[in-house]
Amino acid sequence: MTKTTAAIEARGLGKRYGHRWALADCTLAIPAGHVAGLVGPNGAGKTTLISLATGMLAPTTGTVEVLGGRPTGGPGQLARVGYVAQDTPTYAGLSVADHLRLGAHLNPRWDAGLARRRIEQLGLDPRQKAGELSGGQRAQLALTLALAKRPELLILDEPIASLDPLARREFLQVLMNATAEQELSVVISSHQVADLERVSDYLIVLVASRVRIDGEVDGLLATHHLLTGPRRDAARLPASQQVISESHAGRQSTFLVRSSEPITDPAWTVEEVSLEDLVLAYMGHTSAGASDTRTLEVRR
Amino acid sequence: MIWLTWRQFRPQAITAAGALIVMATVLAVTGPGLASAYTAAGLPACHASCATIAGNFIDGIGGFDHLLYFASIALMYLAPALMGLFWGAPLIAREFEAGTHRIAWNQSVTRTRWTFVKLGLVGLAAVATAGLLSLMVTWWASPIDHAASLAGGSVQVAAGGGTGVHSTWFVETWLEPAIFAARGVVPLGYAAFAFALGVITGVLLRRTLPAMAVTLVAFAVIQVVVPNAVRPHLLPPAHYTAPLKLQDAPIQASVNAATGQVSGIGFTAPFAKPGAWVLSDVVIAPSGAELSDIVISPSGVDFTVPPKACVPTPGSGIPSAVDCRSTLAAMHLRQSVTYQPASRFWPLQWIETGIYLVLAAGLGWACAWQVRRRRQA
Repeated sequence: MTKTTAAIEARGLGKRYGHRWALADCTLAIPAGHVAGLVGPNGAGKTTLISLATGMLAPTTGTVEVLGGRPTGGPGQLARVGYVAQDTPTYAGLSVADHLRLGAHLNPRWDAGLARRRIEQLGLDPRQKAGELSGGQRAQLALTLALAKRPELLILDEPIASLDPLARREFLQVLMNATAEQELSVVISSHQVADLERVSDYLIVLVASRVRIDGEVDGLLATHHLLTGPRRDAARLPASQQVISESHAGRQSTFLVRSSEPITDPAWTVEEVSLEDLVLAYMGHTSAGASDTRTLEVRR
Repeated sequence: MIWLTWRQFRPQAITAAGALIVMATVLAVTGPGLASAYTAAGLPACHASCATIAGNFIDGIGGFDHLLYFASIALMYLAPALMGLFWGAPLIAREFEAGTHRIAWNQSVTRTRWTFVKLGLVGLAAVATAGLLSLMVTWWASPIDHAASLAGGSVQVAAGGGTGVHSTWFVETWLEPAIFAARGVVPLGYAAFAFALGVITGVLLRRTLPAMAVTLVAFAVIQVVVPNAVRPHLLPPAHYTAPLKLQDAPIQASVNAATGQVSGIGFTAPFAKPGAWVLSDVVIAPSGAELSDIVISPSGVDFTVPPKACVPTPGSGIPSAVDCRSTLAAMHLRQSVTYQPASRFWPLQWIETGIYLVLAAGLGWACAWQVRRRRQA
């Protein structure tokens, strides 16, 4: 794995359906070597970005490279990238064993032992038809198919959105173990930050085709602070403190600020932010219509 | 990719194999009887009055064989359409519907290869199925087809033998549209084309059911248009022009059942080219005017000057055939026939098959292009 090349790199990437842009002028670089969470509200363009990166769609404008190559550059490039699509599709009429055989026939780097072990660990009956599996089992089967391909990069598009909490936890557990064992880069999209918090060490917040913020999770958490204190206008904060969100109630103000320097002002009660608060703040930040108080309000 | 294609196609393949086995069994059981009846009638070495013997042979064919004859023709028409509907249309549309193309396209196989392997294998199965079916049906029906040809063209067999109004059934010769499409190699071309048509429709519509409906309608339209508008011109047709000879033509009268009056008289203009596919058969007046029919009705619409000798007069019934014939002869009418001779059967079969195969290949290429295009701006 070359850590210097980006897992996904988009330049001016856009996809238009008729008159509607599902993704417009998106430029981003998701570094390899991470479990990168791609978050954003519904309609931000996450699925479109991933569909373009996996070659499921053709871009209207711009380019996208995956591990330095064109998404569907050929069998070699395809072999390097594993993809678990939204709703984790499987062939309903084929058995679990058939899916593994499919993987073995279509992938030169197929790891049959790994696939078999995973199916055993999951307690799946190889003879069972995929159409009869539960949503969680189907997602696990799709993940197994993608992992046994031995990819360098695994791209997952909202893989757990439709799963119940237990299945969700199990899926992420398997994903984390696999990431540790297989030394692979992961890009996982979700609109549920709480899920990503468990697995990702890198975060990209995508809102309306734009990257609001990206960086390693530890770094993001270290540079964002939640300030609570007497009512104050945002303009009166030091220039080093970038206000991401603010809320005012009576005589009290709450700010979520980004600052690489420590907060020294004794008027403030400084709290650490959770990843979820941070993401929500950034999502709200862009909805320029400040009327959307729900997103502007920082919970806690 | 071959394994996956086979695994996905297996249920349909089993159904098709089952249907082929049933059909083969039925034809194998009844075929020899039909062939021996043909031999017993003395038709293989027929020298004289073959038309009559052949007519009698056809007339003597039993009820089940009679049914099977038409059922097999229907099947030959239906089979390519069914393969287009049930093998072609869902081939890729079903992947889009279920979202499974997202699995397939992310294995280490390019989607161009994915498309071509699917198209190639299932398409080959369609062609092979149609080929086997055509082989069986062509073999089984060959005594009837030969007899139809010997009988001198389309044969209308009456209940009591001979020609008459109350025909029980009707057989066509090889070259005539109903039989042509159900014999020889053209069914292979139809199968390949219908299949490819189904696939491209599925790729474009991305929904199985609408794709099936569109495929059915489009294929049916093509199957009507080609025999009528294209096939006659695949090879330049032959022409036959000669003075109209009515000496041997039987005279037929149409009688109005209610009044008992003769409403018209008709001759069948003789055209002695056994097995020919007649494209047009017209009577030309010395003026060059084309008489679309030689049926002479009381109104005499077909003639500028109605020959009185042929016009039935109320009360007197059918006029004398001799008088009518000599009157017509005096008019110096000419018969002009445009036709494809019987010998053109195989050339026309190969040309039409070739056209359909080329079209199928073009559609297959379009499928691959459409599937590939989805990733390129």
